[in-house]
Amino acid sequence: MSWPALYAQLVGANRHSTSLGKVWLSVLFIFRVMVLVVAAESVWGDEQSDFTCNTLQPGCENVCYDQFFPVSHIRLWCLQLVFVSTPTLLVAMYVGYRNHRDKQRLVQVCVNKSQEEELETLKKRRLPIAGALWWTYACSLVFRLLFEGGFMYALYVVYDGFQMPRLVQCDQWPCPNLVDCFISRPTEKTIFTVFMATASSICMVLNMAELAYLVAKAVTR
Amino acid sequence: TPLVPPADPDLESKMNWGTFYAVISGVNRHSTGIGRIWLSVIFIFRILVLVVAAESVWGDEKSGFTCNTQQPGCNSVCYDQFFPISHIRLWALQLILVSTPALLVAMHVAHRRHIDKKIMKRSGRGSPKELEHIKNQKFQITGALWWTYMISIIFRIIFEVAFLYIFYLIYPDFKMVRLVKCDSYPCPNTVDCFVSRPTEKTIFTVFMLAVSGVCVLLNLAEVVYLIGRACKRCLRGSDDESKVPWISQRLSSYRQNEINQLIADHSLKSKFTVTKKSPTEKGERCSAF
Repeated sequence: MSWPALYAQLVGANRHSTSLGKVWLSVLFIFRVMVLVVAAESVWGDEQSDFTCNTLQPGCENVCYDQFFPVSHIRLWCLQLVFVSTPTLLVAMYVGYRNHRDKQRLVQVCVNKSQEEELETLKKRRLPIAGALWWTYACSLVFRLLFEGGFMYALYVVYDGFQMPRLVQCDQWPCPNLVDCFISRPTEKTIFTVFMATASSICMVLNMAELAYLVAKAVTR
Repeated sequence: TPLVPPADPDLESKMNWGTFYAVISGVNRHSTGIGRIWLSVIFIFRILVLVVAAESVWGDEKSGFTCNTQQPGCNSVCYDQFFPISHIRLWALQLILVSTPALLVAMHVAHRRHIDKKIMKRSGRGSPKELEHIKNQKFQITGALWWTYMISIIFRIIFEVAFLYIFYLIYPDFKMVRLVKCDSYPCPNTVDCFVSRPTEKTIFTVFMLAVSGVCVLLNLAEVVYLIGRACKRCLRGSDDESKVPWISQRLSSYRQNEINQLIADHSLKSKFTVTKKSPTEKGERCSAF
């Protein structure tokens, strides 16, 4: 189970999205998942091994690293991407349920050759976004927005902003006094944090636009 | 050694560049010949070389960066000062951003197919065979698609040049030096720091920049080719189909087909009802024309 498997799941659910939803999926996978796997993971790869404190005291580096990095950026982003992709599966589940219900109705009503054809069209049809599907879709958009915002806020709060400092000062036990600890590749980490935050905001804007479009469509109906 | 080794990182990266390749090469069908060459150059000479060769050259860039001091933290700080962002990451970002405008074209083609399908369904010819035909149809690069294609090429050129410029700003000399001198805190004085594999890095940097230049030239050639083709079409002038927007072409062709169908149906009916000329039939005949 990995990113390509998630992509396969989401693309299946994508058939019932609006065009903005399809653009959102591309932005998610190209500018966030791809960049995470291909670039960001190697930047954070040596985050703990290269975290050096100006002391020989054993255990001081571990303790200081743990104090300043409760959750690594990479793990936060992975969780964010997983949570943000999941509401789409709500829509897929609802469509599956509708298809199942219609199939049962079809089986009861017509009992001849045309049933096979009808079943095929049922599977391949694209449901219009109206009624209960509209509500499911709108709920999924709201959840996406909440998760995106929540994780961005969490990152901002845990790391006091999006910038990574070069030097942190730590005096947890067993460090003998206030020691300087140096973070590896702080500039590159800052660049990627800002990039991922920007991509996240673009996704949020797309979601809000999609929600506005759905509401407008419903109002005109 | 990192405390938590990632699970087979090479396979993960390859898988993702692989999915990326699958997504981007879907656009290939609607590109010009030069566009296809450009796509192959991107995948073979840039992405493949990046994944297979360059990543291992830069793999030990931080662990192999040694400063002539025992002061803890001096290594990290000096590395960060001289390498704000690694070449590998810059190239990966450049490749992602440069390949993405091609998706604009894919979206436009999908939009056209969607409209085609809608028109077909409305004119009552929604048989699966015809819908399949629409899916596999290759669109001519004319009208609005020409503009989308042109815009995507221009964005490609802008991104390539922007990244080349950023590269020049951060690393003004394309040559990788063997030795840098550093005196940021906490280094006690000006220390010598040694970069690992400088010659190999220089070779790969020059290679990647050269291929980048080749890609820019290919894009410029494609722009010139497209403009040339459009001018030729304009000058020919006798082809007024290209002046009419694509959608009204489609609608008029389907309306004509409907009319033809009605005429065919009516001629069949009139064979069997020669004597009876009811007013409704007369009305039908009139509306068919």
